[in-house]
This record gives sequence, structure tokens and C-alpha cells, in this order.
Amino acid sequence: MGIPQTIAEMSRALHGGQVSSVELTRALLERVQRSQPALNAFVTVTAEEALAEAAAADRRLAAGERGPLLGVPMAHKDIFCTRDVLTTCGSRMLANFVAPYDATAVARLRAAGMVMLGKLNMDEFAMGSSNETSHFGPVANPWDLKRVPGGSSGGSAAAVAARLVPGATATDTGGSIRQPAALCGVTGLKPTYGRVSRYGMIAFASSLDQGGVITLTAEDSALMLSAMAGYDERDSTSVDMPVPDYAAGLERPLAGLRIGLLKEFFDKGLDPAIEAPLRAAIAELQAQGATLHEVSLPNLPLSVPTYYVVAPAECSSNLARFDGVRFGYRCENPRDLKDLYERSRGEGFGAEVKRRIMTGTYVLSAGYYDAYYLKAQRVRQLIANDFARAFAQVDLLVGPTTPTVAFELGVKDDNPVTMYLNDIYTIGANLAGLPALSLPCGFAHGLPAGMQFIGPQFSEERLLNVAHRYQRVTDWHLRAPPGYAS
Amino acid sequence: MAELKPDDIARIAHLARLALTDAEVPAYTLSMSRIMNLVGELQRVETSGVEPMSHSLPGAAARLRPDQVTETDHRAEYQRNAPQTEAGLYLVPRVIE
Repeated sequence: MGIPQTIAEMSRALHGGQVSSVELTRALLERVQRSQPALNAFVTVTAEEALAEAAAADRRLAAGERGPLLGVPMAHKDIFCTRDVLTTCGSRMLANFVAPYDATAVARLRAAGMVMLGKLNMDEFAMGSSNETSHFGPVANPWDLKRVPGGSSGGSAAAVAARLVPGATATDTGGSIRQPAALCGVTGLKPTYGRVSRYGMIAFASSLDQGGVITLTAEDSALMLSAMAGYDERDSTSVDMPVPDYAAGLERPLAGLRIGLLKEFFDKGLDPAIEAPLRAAIAELQAQGATLHEVSLPNLPLSVPTYYVVAPAECSSNLARFDGVRFGYRCENPRDLKDLYERSRGEGFGAEVKRRIMTGTYVLSAGYYDAYYLKAQRVRQLIANDFARAFAQVDLLVGPTTPTVAFELGVKDDNPVTMYLNDIYTIGANLAGLPALSLPCGFAHGLPAGMQFIGPQFSEERLLNVAHRYQRVTDWHLRAPPGYAS
Repeated sequence: MAELKPDDIARIAHLARLALTDAEVPAYTLSMSRIMNLVGELQRVETSGVEPMSHSLPGAAARLRPDQVTETDHRAEYQRNAPQTEAGLYLVPRVIE
């Protein structure tokens, strides 16, 4: 029997008794092992623990327990703390860090019966858009091994695209779920800021970081988000609001849906080869009854400069905790305490992380705070106001996820700014704290192209609904990279 | 606009407690100048009267909870990740001679 592809299909097969969780887990672990030399999607594979969890899930199923995630294999981005399992955040700094507790998102998916196969590679401390900054080496894009999978959740996107797991956790500070999802041809959802607890999710920029999921389908994202989301007293920014059953609203018809075409996203930077399938995908939504309205957010082009003040500033504060004393890397033979701090951090962090820490330190330093940091926070408010005005007129915004398809490994090494501009369409949603989803809408130059929806706060249900209705009549999301089919 | 010099990089690295090698300084001087040029675009934006936005949560105030002990002692467990400990203490180079 072929292995089912999606979480929903696996769940049906598990509940119907056609396959056991142990059988699924074994089959996928074998794929993971086989893929590692070429893809490098995993930092840690927890085969033994996975088989034990799968056996436990099989016992729960045999006892009559039901649940859409029970017994379904998955993997976590290595930014989520997993009790007694290596949690590296893609960094030399944490190369030996064994988390003493589970992140809330991990604990909730564990309780729902998902089986963790291991920890997924990522850009170091989630800082990057290509997965090339990982201490554990780059991840390859399963569609073309010479190309990047995107980042920072590159391992998550590559693993789902290569059918190693049907779903993975991921995090998004400036596009780190949506951009790799687009470049690998899978579905990625960044929830509203505050929807998923950040407890146990290693912090990069605390006012922007948000945990979410990468899956093949919107339906599967709905299933995972329903289990992960919700209030957590351990995260003071987690929002105390009921979590809907996201899967229940998937079939709602699109008649009456007002879609805003984001003018600023169809600029000269967008590859026309992406624009063509994107326009066709939007026409498909119109064919189902949605109406299209051109919307302009004049301050949105300021997202990238705003982000590169706010995110490094928060990063420089958050990463101050890595001091070589309580956990993490320590340099050899420190002369004194200052030498211990400076060399542990200088040797433990990679080049991009150090650049962001220093950029943040600079914009927060005496004499520059008002000119850079406060200024950026004011522009952030202007960007959020633009979104609020748009959502008075339309239900969601549509545009591309990335300006180009996956680029080749190593091509954006010299100038960090060219890498930063790759997130030009995704950063706005983080600054305003909005939910956003990327889904495959076709191919450009033979590589996946992504369509992005951005909605008002807590509109995940609607975003998933629209994505699902699109995926019901198209099959881009089910196309597997050659050699990685079921 | 904000052209950084090698001395600036050395000062920032010190503030951030990052030891840089001699080879790293010129590379960061160039790349961080490029970032500050990108960020410099913000100076052209009119923002008078706009409140700085620190987060996106609607009207969220810091939440309070009753002042009760909720955690148990995890010291031994947490110190397993420490580079050097002794008798439950974290060891660092001598600070006071």
C-alpha cells in the first residue's frame, strides 16, 4: 500500500485500521534517513522515541480513542524546546543544549497524539531567508537540490515537500513560514500574533515571532492549528480567546467574499513568471464568487527598513541571555569574565546572527534610539494603520508570497540587503500582527510559486477556508517534487 | 547617511559583548553600512503625531496573577546544560582578586 500523503488521509487510514501508527512512523523514518544526505532537512532524528510514541498512539486508537492527529507523524522546527531532546536553534551556541521542558505548542501536539520524528533544520536563531545560516549546514530544496528551500523554516518546508512528514511546526518573524512554504510548493500558515503560545519557542524578536505550521493542505493546517492554538498563562502575550474548530469552516462558499488586490505587491520587483499563475489563481477565486478590489497600502514598501530596525533591536536584547555561563557554548580557557562573555558569544554565534545583534545594539545605543528605534516604531504604526483601513473595505488581501522562485545556494552571500529584500511581501503581516497564509498557485521556471493571503487579526478560519476552496479545484498543492512522490 | 567606520564596529561589538576577529571588522563595516543605508529611508517619512507601536495586541495591558509559588525546584535539571557548575553554583573566572 502506498503511504497516504496528507494528515487527513493518514488519520482516516489510522482510524479505519488500514495502517498503524508504528507502520506509518517506520515508513517515514526510512524516508527521512534516505533523504538526509541530499536534503539535510533534519538536525536530529528521534527514531526510538518516535516508535515508542507511535506504539502509544496505536494503543490509544485500539482503546477507541479518536482524534484527527492521533498517531500521525510530524516534526518540529528546532526552535521549539522538546523535553530531553537536543534543541539547537540551528546554532553552534546551542549545539549541545538538551531542553529541560516542552514548548507549549509541542506539549499540545504531543497530547493530541502526534508522533515526533525529530527536529528540523533552520537558519541560525531563525535569522535568514535561505537556511544557509544554519550551523548544521544548508537544506536543499527538493524541487532542485542546487537551490535553497527558503528560510528560516527551510527544514520544515523541505521535509513536508519531500513527503518526509505530512506536517511540521515552523515560526515566522518576517516571513519564515510563508517564504519557505512558497519556495518548496507547500502550504504555510502564520497565525495572528498571540494565537499560538511562544512559551518554549526560542525568542528572536518577541513582538514579531509567531509559531505556526507547514503542511500540504489548508485542511491539514486547520487540524494542526486547532490543537496548537490557545491561551497559555506562561506566555504573557498569548491571547485569551476561544479557539475555533478551524476545520469546521473550511467548506464555506466564497460568494460575497471581498478580496483586496494589493497594489504594492504587483510592483516591478515581481517576476512576471510568478504573476501569471498568481493572476490565474485569483481568477479562480472570482469564479467561485469572490469579488476583487484594488487596494493600496502606501506605507507598505517601508516594511523592510522598519523591520530591520525593530527585529535586530529585539534580537540584540533577547540574545543577551547567551553568556556562556548558564547554558550554551563556552569558549576555551577564558582569561576573565569579559573574555568569557565576548569569546563565547563571538565564537558561538554565526556571522548573520552577530550582524543582527550589532545592528540592534547600534539602533538602541545612546544617541541613536530616537532616530532609529522610535522612528521605526512610528512607521510600524503607519503600516498597521494602512492594513486597518484596507480591512474596512475587504475581507482579505491577496498577492504573491515572494518576488522570485527559489534561488541558487550561495548567490546572495555578499550583500545581506539583497537577502533581506526577499521578504518584502511577507514582513508587513508581522509588523501588524496579522495572520497570513501561503499556498502553491502554480509553477514559474519549473519551480513552485506561492500565493499569499493576509487577513485581519484572528481571521485564520477565513484564510484557511479560502485556501481550502482553492485547493478543492486545483492540485498544485499535491504535486510532489520528482523522486519524492508517495 | 550613516556610513559606519571600523571604529564604530569595534565599539558596537564591545557594547554587544562580541569578540570579532580582525578579518570580521571590515566585512561588518561594509555590510552594516548597507543595512543602515536601507534603514535610512525611514528618515524621509513624516511621523509627527504618530504614536510608536511596540506590539500589535489590541489594548493589551500586562496581565497579573496571584503572587503564589507555582514552580518547583529544577536547579539540578537546568544545570545539566551549564558549561561548569560546582555544588549547585555556576562557575565563572575569578572576578575579584
